[in-house]
Amino acid sequence: MKRIYFDNAATTRTDNEVVKAMEPYFTKFYGNASSLHTFGQEARKALEDSRKKAAELINAKPNEIYFTSGGTESDNLALKGVAYANKSKGKHIITSKIEHHAIEHTCQYLEKQGFDVTYLPVDKYGIVTPESVKSAIRKDTILISIMHANNEIGTIEPVKEIGKIAREKGVLFHTDAVQTFGKVPIDVKDMNVDLLSSSSHKLHGPKGVGLIYIREGVKVEQQMLGGGHERGMRSGTENIPGIVGFAKACEIAKADMEKDTKKVSAMRDRLVKEILKTEDTYLNGHPTQRLPGNAHFRFSFIEGESLLLRLDDKGIAASTGSACSSKSLEPSHVLLAIGLKAEEAHGSLRITIEKDNTDAEIDYAIAEIPKVVASLREMSPFKKGDACIQKK
Amino acid sequence: MYSEKVMDLFRSPHNMGKIENADGIGKVGNPVCGDVMYIYIKVKDNKIADIKFETFGCAAAIATSSMITDLAKGKTLDEALKITKGDVAEALEGLPPIKMHCSNLAADGLKAAIEDYRSKQGKGKGQAAPKNVKQEKKE
Repeated sequence: MKRIYFDNAATTRTDNEVVKAMEPYFTKFYGNASSLHTFGQEARKALEDSRKKAAELINAKPNEIYFTSGGTESDNLALKGVAYANKSKGKHIITSKIEHHAIEHTCQYLEKQGFDVTYLPVDKYGIVTPESVKSAIRKDTILISIMHANNEIGTIEPVKEIGKIAREKGVLFHTDAVQTFGKVPIDVKDMNVDLLSSSSHKLHGPKGVGLIYIREGVKVEQQMLGGGHERGMRSGTENIPGIVGFAKACEIAKADMEKDTKKVSAMRDRLVKEILKTEDTYLNGHPTQRLPGNAHFRFSFIEGESLLLRLDDKGIAASTGSACSSKSLEPSHVLLAIGLKAEEAHGSLRITIEKDNTDAEIDYAIAEIPKVVASLREMSPFKKGDACIQKK
Repeated sequence: MYSEKVMDLFRSPHNMGKIENADGIGKVGNPVCGDVMYIYIKVKDNKIADIKFETFGCAAAIATSSMITDLAKGKTLDEALKITKGDVAEALEGLPPIKMHCSNLAADGLKAAIEDYRSKQGKGKGQAAPKNVKQEKKE
């Protein structure tokens, strides 16, 4: 059976070119970038060349880029690092209700450490309004952290407007750009971003590597102590093959972004148009202001884990926000934040398309998804006309 | 994550659907939690002559629904009432710990259907149509 990968928001296939670029750094140029000998200096050069390539993708300076182990570490470093470096100025942090767990759980941790966190609500499309950010700012606000785009429903936030407000008010602004980095144009200067997190494996780079952009002059307290790597911001021997691969992925993304976005969003738009012809089916997230490859559906009367597993039997790999598929048995906090009831959130299906996908795969999904939905609806005690809210 | 047995029954559940004019119906679960199960039984000579289910829920909920129908069919009502969540999970070659509540649901659903049947017998009403359930299939 042919298998189709439609879970590109979870991770992407590493580009062949990326793998090729990494290979020599395992077996040939394997030096430690901190060593003074030629082996070390070869690694050092690769590291600094990579930093330059990553910086170019977001209009940053190379010395504003620090490599990390991924998006989670970058988010932890941004929040804890800014909080601890600025705690004498204030203890208030503003974020949203739809952030990735790397932000949400770090904020909850900081609350236990005595910081005060405001979790801004979103509208039904998942948008954080700049006005709500503005009115939440207090005298003791030290950081605003709003994601660039949501990983589940794909909504792109008005980060430029939020950045402008933060800059005017003199509050630092961090954005988790894990889903947009290499997919949507980012200009940290134009967007008034002070800190930004990204992860390599979401843009066809290797896993286990990411970066944090920290604007020159912004004070951040290091969270990983040791040999003083990454100019003291993040100790630990640099993952040179991973960083080289990440930089290659950045280079490819920069060159192909326009072409890939066009291709991916055309496939996504066709899928959405066709799937929405299924009865009692809805699109979650913003109709236009969303990630190019993100389609997030809600099917009434059925549950997402069953849908996901039956699609997997058909060779289609997707994702769901249903509680039944999560470790906690809680429905997605993002779906609840956009106003869905728990029972509505259960029937959700996320399909995330990338440049590797083809029109033939979209055709197959358009043909198979409604059949699987129908088979589960046949089994469901809830039918059209029911409110789907009967209690025991 | 799931055993082969769970996946087999999830893919091809037994006794799926509804029994028109069922003698007893058990409705358990809560859509908020993501699992709702309706168990329909036909009773003859104090035995479960026929049993079917309709389930909204995860793969474990569907597999446990299917399993309870297989375990209960042909049993006397008293025997059927003795089927526990542990029996269902064991017959399914185990369930992930976090999913154990789903198998609880299957045994509860059967129990509720039998209680429904007995209460109707007690009242001498026979078979009442279930509330909130449409009689016709949509598909």
